[in-house]
Amino acid sequence: MLFYSFFKSLVGKEVVIELKNDLSIAGTLQSVDQYLNVKLTEVQVLDPEKYPHIQSVTSAFVRGSVIRYIQLPPDDVDTQLLQEATRKEITQPRKE
Amino acid sequence: MDVSIVNNDFYLSGMAALIGDIDKQLMVMLRDGRTFIAFLRSLDQFGNLVLHQAFERIIVGQQYADIPRGLFVIRGENVLLIGELDFHRPLRVPLYEVTIEEILKLQKQDLEKKDRIEKLRQKAMLEHGLVDEGNPIEEHY
Repeated sequence: MLFYSFFKSLVGKEVVIELKNDLSIAGTLQSVDQYLNVKLTEVQVLDPEKYPHIQSVTSAFVRGSVIRYIQLPPDDVDTQLLQEATRKEITQPRKE
Repeated sequence: MDVSIVNNDFYLSGMAALIGDIDKQLMVMLRDGRTFIAFLRSLDQFGNLVLHQAFERIIVGQQYADIPRGLFVIRGENVLLIGELDFHRPLRVPLYEVTIEEILKLQKQDLEKKDRIEKLRQKAMLEHGLVDEGNPIEEHY
């Protein structure tokens, strides 16, 4: 749930998603879900020579299981808050 | 949790987010490297899709061809991405349509070339004492 909440806070920001097939897509984060599936708008493929067919894609739904990285704008990430949230998540008693 | 309200916009989680894309013509990329353009008719919670009037678009370099494939059911785990298309968008890298025979020939040559390079790479790694087992779980992307 932590990263789901984290990405929810980044809705509207520009991110770059690198997929496991090495495809990199830039776009604006429109929505994210519990599986970390991502919906992007204003999609731009970063290497149009290698993946020319994606140039016509305007908005995309990317399945969470195929994402390798999500590159974030550093100014939009509060690392202190993230660290605190991580500590809380670990120390919280697990629901049986 | 199927519906949530964030920033005063409500959106659906999981595959329900795609309900708005039903009956639209979409580009679906699969894990095995194939790209389909089709109308999305139905989906379920696993992301299994029913694609109607599907074309498989084979692209080699800057050339492509569309092979009509009809009606498809795709198991959700094979999907990489589902994209909305805007055919009027200007392309930075132009694409040229060729015949199906031509693209299949080009694809075969392309795969043979990639095969050769891969064999050389593995040979070089072996000479350095490294063995490349590939990814044992997910082979294709």
